[in-house]
Amino acid sequence: MAQAQLPMNPETVDNPSEHKAWKWYDYFTFNVDHKVIGIQYLVLSFVFYLIGGLMAVVMRSELSTPDPDVIDPTLYNALLTNHGTIMIFLWIVPAAIGGFGNYLIPLMIGARDMAFPKLNALAFWLNPPAGLLILGSFFFGGAQAGWTAYPPLSEITANTAQSMWILAIVLVGTSSILGSVNFLVTLIKMRVPSMKLVDMPLFCWSMVATSVLALASTPVLAAGLVLLLFDINFGTAFFKPDEGGNLIIYQHLFWFYSHPAVYLMILPIFGIMSEVVPVHARKPIFGYKAIAYSSLAICIVGLFVWVHHMFTSGTPPWMRLFFTVSTLIVAVPTGVKIFSWVATLWGGKIRFTSAMLFAVGLLSMFVFGGISGVTLGTAAFDVHVHDTYYVVAHFHYVLFGGSVFGIYAAFYHWFPKMTGRMMNEGLGKLHFILTFIGTNLTFLPMHELGLQGMPRRVAMYDPAFTFINQICTVGAYLLAISVVPFIINLLWSWKRGDVAGDNPWNALTLEWTTNSPPIIENWEVLPVLRHGPYEYGMNGQSSEGAIETPEDAPVA
Amino acid sequence: MIGDRAPSVASPVLSLVSSPQSSLMTQIPASLITLTIGVVVTLISLWVGQNHGLLPEQASEQAPLVDSLFNLMITIGTALFIVVEGAILWFLIRFRRPKGDDSDGLPIDGNLPLEAFWTAIPAVIVIAVAVYSVNVFQEMGGLAPDSHFMMGHKSPDAVVAQAPTGTSPVAGDTLPLLADDATVLADGSTIAPGEIEYGYGANPVGSGKVPDLLVDVTGIQYAWLFNYPDDGIVTGELHVPVDRTVQLRINAQDVIHSFWVPQFRLKQDAIPGEETGLRFTATKVGEYPVVCAELCGSYHGAMRSRVIVHEQADYDTWVAQNAPNPTASSGTVAVNPVMNTADMSDRQYLTPMAETLGVDAHALAHLHESDS
Repeated sequence: MAQAQLPMNPETVDNPSEHKAWKWYDYFTFNVDHKVIGIQYLVLSFVFYLIGGLMAVVMRSELSTPDPDVIDPTLYNALLTNHGTIMIFLWIVPAAIGGFGNYLIPLMIGARDMAFPKLNALAFWLNPPAGLLILGSFFFGGAQAGWTAYPPLSEITANTAQSMWILAIVLVGTSSILGSVNFLVTLIKMRVPSMKLVDMPLFCWSMVATSVLALASTPVLAAGLVLLLFDINFGTAFFKPDEGGNLIIYQHLFWFYSHPAVYLMILPIFGIMSEVVPVHARKPIFGYKAIAYSSLAICIVGLFVWVHHMFTSGTPPWMRLFFTVSTLIVAVPTGVKIFSWVATLWGGKIRFTSAMLFAVGLLSMFVFGGISGVTLGTAAFDVHVHDTYYVVAHFHYVLFGGSVFGIYAAFYHWFPKMTGRMMNEGLGKLHFILTFIGTNLTFLPMHELGLQGMPRRVAMYDPAFTFINQICTVGAYLLAISVVPFIINLLWSWKRGDVAGDNPWNALTLEWTTNSPPIIENWEVLPVLRHGPYEYGMNGQSSEGAIETPEDAPVA
Repeated sequence: MIGDRAPSVASPVLSLVSSPQSSLMTQIPASLITLTIGVVVTLISLWVGQNHGLLPEQASEQAPLVDSLFNLMITIGTALFIVVEGAILWFLIRFRRPKGDDSDGLPIDGNLPLEAFWTAIPAVIVIAVAVYSVNVFQEMGGLAPDSHFMMGHKSPDAVVAQAPTGTSPVAGDTLPLLADDATVLADGSTIAPGEIEYGYGANPVGSGKVPDLLVDVTGIQYAWLFNYPDDGIVTGELHVPVDRTVQLRINAQDVIHSFWVPQFRLKQDAIPGEETGLRFTATKVGEYPVVCAELCGSYHGAMRSRVIVHEQADYDTWVAQNAPNPTASSGTVAVNPVMNTADMSDRQYLTPMAETLGVDAHALAHLHESDS
């Protein structure tokens, strides 16, 4: 809490009884420790990942035949709506930002906690009720208008469930705003005194960009959704064209947030990549400043591309052209990051740990998803593939092949820090192989489905597409299976894994200078920065033994 | 143009990264290897760009334009993909940790010229793609969704007081004129003058020209209704003559739908309260699917119909067979809701009820066949 502001004051560590580890029940309380909150986010979001994944499996089962013969089409629409909602708002965002962000940011900058610990806990505890609202909405048919919730469909379908859905999104949106304020203040004000902004690990930079983006865009979504809520329940007519409302304005409000939301889901992952790749390649990150500033560039340009989701909607020609150009420009800073990570591999001593495999898998699939993203960015081509499986394929390449792979890489990389035990590498590699094959098997053929004429969000389709759909379904089953070794690995390693020690990867960022798991106030005595976060092989420390000494000194 | 760019992407990266590897490739100069790789990657990319076979057949004037843009992006994308994925794979193999080696890699943390290079080249590529896509967009008619289409309409009674034709080739400057025409035109029919702001209209060549056929398209849950104001035909399937410009005026009654013909490469949302439009010229006789591309409810996936592209003669026959009784066809009352139902065929009578009855496009089509 406040004592985190007094890093060198010995009184902050006066009470040794506080240094005991948290008990299991602490994780179910309004605990203000950022590490507890981080793990709360991770566990909760992982549970929702499994729920959202189950929904996907049911949908893919339905799509193994052209007819709607497995489930009712109404339930199908509820599943597709809530699959998207859960995966975005209750899995990737809370896991990447809430989970790893909360756990790692104070540890990476030498702080004892976040700037506003109670606010932090409050932000987390907005998530469980949101999850319950989503799950509970199924008793009322479930929201069925897609995660985009376009009116008029969202206003005339399953009103109770749609209202619960809106409330859930507003809750997680509020959580996101609170979290972003907290991250920004923490990163700006609470770095250990010896750490300048350009000494921060790149994950911290990506969280700066993420937080700015969330603060700028989330209120707009909240506004749009509250208007929608009023239309549904209180007889207003913001989005009712026959009563003077306008449908297009909702789409603008929605996408003004929801396009930046894809950067909310990928920027923290870019940060994770910039941490994992150098450590396991034993190389300094290539182009630190380019990566740091490209996050900010993505953050700024990303606020001005939202209309590319509306190229076939009610948008005039100049808008379609302007947003074509702005969308394509995002490819430049994104490319800078990709090339920098590839260059980081060059000349390294690459260790094929599970974390590194997922990072490299992410890299290879994100290249593909990025290229298909450029094709979608042009209004002239998007007119053909908009709202088709080509789009589904694209965003699963960047969100599953990108974000989820990144979260997996982060789990393997920081699990030893969180639990003090290593994850099993054999199971990890099995997990990677199954996931990598499953991802490509599921999502690669979807490009062709979309190009050939299959729209998205359908429970029944032209029988000509049956075969390709069945390939996708097999891939989805493989993806479902791939989670099993991961869960076994998590549970088994948590109890029985090899003891990790403080710094099993010989990494140079500050979180590795404390115990594993870290003590409650993170360090007995705060560390002093002696070198940058990525100086592998530099300053004459090329052998493994020398790496961890500079920061061990002040602790000892 | 595309082909030239690919080796330039490949070569500096490769030459830069391959130069310190003289031990690996002592015999052959690195530049020669780079050149060879560049040429091979270029050839592969060009071949893939032209022969990927991923797209369905082309059946409209716009389709080859869209495909040429896609092919260009596929060409560039293939080159980028091969170079980047190739680099990843090569580095992973080349720089894997030798067993027992716990040392660190080379202490290289940046290279300004290289970083400037890989910032500039993608920037040039995306600007080139953007310029080309704007060009395609214009050729498709994307800049003129509101192009004038009411002039010289085939139905003479309806256009008696029409303004002089061809006066307004430029998009957007016709508002007052058309607004005036609206009252003249009203004439008891449902035709309203076109003030379509959204969609695809005339291309620069066809700008100012009057489309050969005007069809009102209405999306309802879960069917498309096609209304031919000139001929008084209402149908669940779109029939158009080949090589003629067709203007669609697209509306939706209940929720947002999206009119899509994959073989035409055209799509436009049907938005309640906001008329949109598509102008196209079908170039190939045949039957193509009409797909709803915007989630519109439980049976969204079943909202499929057909567009049938006829030779002109066949189309005329189809019109003759399906137009309402000629005695009643003054040309203005075709879709008048108060017209004498006795003059209507079963299908015409039933079509407006389709929504209430929940009859879908296929059922309507069926009706149509039994009708003719």
